[in-house]
Amino acid sequence: MNALTTHAPILIIATPLLGAFAAPLIGKLGWTVRTAFAGAIAALTGCFAGLLAATLYTGGGAPIVYVLGGRLPLPSGLAAPIRIMLEVDGLSAFMALITALVAVVAVLYSVSYWKERSGGALYDSLLFLLIAGVFGLVLTGDMFNFFVFLEITSVAACGLIGFRTWRKRSSEAAFKVMALYTLSGLFVLLAVGLLYGQYGGLNIAYLATNLGGTMVDRVALALLIAGLAMKAGAVPMHMWAPEAYGEAPAPVSMVLVANSQASLYALFRVLFTLYGQSLSAAAVGWILIVLALLTIFVGVTMALVQKDLKRLIAFGAVSQIGYMLLAVGVGFAVLATRPDFGLTAITGGIFHMINDVACIGLLFLAAGAAIRASGSRDLHSMGGLAHSLKGTTVLFAVGAFALAGVPPFNGFASKLLIYESTFQLSPVLAVIAVLASIVLLAVFVRAFQAVFLGPRLIARPEPVPWPMVASMVVLAAVVIGFGLFPGFFIDKIVTPAANALWSGQGDYIRAVMGG
Amino acid sequence: MMHIGNLPFIVAMLLVILGLYALLFKRNLIKMVIGVSLVETGVNLFLVTLGYRAEGIAPIYTHAPTAVSQVLPTPQALTLTSIVIGLATTALLLSFAVLVYRHYGTLDVTKIKELRG
Repeated sequence: MNALTTHAPILIIATPLLGAFAAPLIGKLGWTVRTAFAGAIAALTGCFAGLLAATLYTGGGAPIVYVLGGRLPLPSGLAAPIRIMLEVDGLSAFMALITALVAVVAVLYSVSYWKERSGGALYDSLLFLLIAGVFGLVLTGDMFNFFVFLEITSVAACGLIGFRTWRKRSSEAAFKVMALYTLSGLFVLLAVGLLYGQYGGLNIAYLATNLGGTMVDRVALALLIAGLAMKAGAVPMHMWAPEAYGEAPAPVSMVLVANSQASLYALFRVLFTLYGQSLSAAAVGWILIVLALLTIFVGVTMALVQKDLKRLIAFGAVSQIGYMLLAVGVGFAVLATRPDFGLTAITGGIFHMINDVACIGLLFLAAGAAIRASGSRDLHSMGGLAHSLKGTTVLFAVGAFALAGVPPFNGFASKLLIYESTFQLSPVLAVIAVLASIVLLAVFVRAFQAVFLGPRLIARPEPVPWPMVASMVVLAAVVIGFGLFPGFFIDKIVTPAANALWSGQGDYIRAVMGG
Repeated sequence: MMHIGNLPFIVAMLLVILGLYALLFKRNLIKMVIGVSLVETGVNLFLVTLGYRAEGIAPIYTHAPTAVSQVLPTPQALTLTSIVIGLATTALLLSFAVLVYRHYGTLDVTKIKELRG
């Protein structure tokens, strides 16, 4: 195994972090150098993520442990895992691939998104910081580092949401989002403190071997669920999500969706790996299912009444978080009895993550292009953009159909798995999920018609530059590719991730604790 | 030495609850920032208290004398990190509050009504 492969887990985090702190300096050298640098960092990060995933999959899916600053056990012979540690299993690698996709697409799109050519270096800096934070969240094997990365993403995300300081709404949205993000981070920290106080460790694998299901453990779990569901944008703590997605620049909205998914990943990690069967999984699973149904319902109904294009898509994004939560909640609810549909549900939920980030991302990017071209984001004053923005029109339609779960796009492939498996637990769940998807289709058909069809309302919209089109095409390729060959992708990347949750707790612990 | 029992934990939780109250029910943005800051202080106090050992010495020895107990070092490291993070978040929140004030001329959340629904 060569050095690059060995150190890939930390390089994935270190490269965008270097990019974040070097960007303001490199920015002094002019627009061309700055753009080339950002592209190089994004490409390099993507390569490391691909390398890590390839190493994991060829190694049979056994978790990769990376210990920072030394070896384990310690030179003194102490075996307790007290060093800072990254641990990558099938699910972490899958999330790293999602983040890498989002990072590359966001950087490519940002090249020509900004009309101003100054100030962009600071934007690059924050964007890379956010990306480094999301990678950290999904790769870390330690609860406290998890909190640190959570706060890194919070600070960077809010910096990006409020980046356009000249806009009234951006500052307001950034304040609200920051307050809620900080609160969610502190809930997590309090829970980490409760766990540390009992077991004297912070490592996830170490904690998982010791958790005994005491009252304090349950309080910690409640705090973790509250904090992480808040940061993922699940109802009833979803108020920040439409404002964050709606007010952030278009590429950032897409990265924020990946950030929410990273929090969702953390929730799954806590439930399946940290707690596992040390608690009555059915009750917690049903809590998640109820939260998920509320999220789907609120997201879809609020999307119905929006007049602002980006807020409409933002509520669509909220509803999709509900689908993932629903599927994995069903999986967790049946963890004790382990019927086959539990694994199917988890597979569907995990597969929906990458599908969601691709189609919601595509919608945000296409909407960003339309808003940039027309100078408006109000559904009533846009219109007829299909006459001049043909490519963007097609790409938006692809994203909208995929999101609503229309075959042959990718949203259908994962939603079908979710419908099938939730139906077996309770038909009501599947019916609600299907109905919500139909309403969502109606919402997006209406938005599509208002923005792109009809008479020309904007006399001369600006053309969409090629890097923006190229980045949207990449996402559209993912949307269509995953929709046409779902079996291949489920087999290659989704099944290892689903197995890591369903039956991987033992492997995850053994990789660190031995035995 | 006076025995204080669980008093520090109770004080920490009181701080958290006070902060949450301020965050939820105060209408002034600055007071909301103070609320967030109080929650943070409460959590930090909780962490430091976790590591406290009665009559313990500072955890600065490689080969500690075994006769006396040491205060746990990890919670202190956590708290220091958390304080630094808290500084960044508070500064960011306050700068957004300043921006909001410049745009709207008020810090009262009920009067800032651009984002609704």
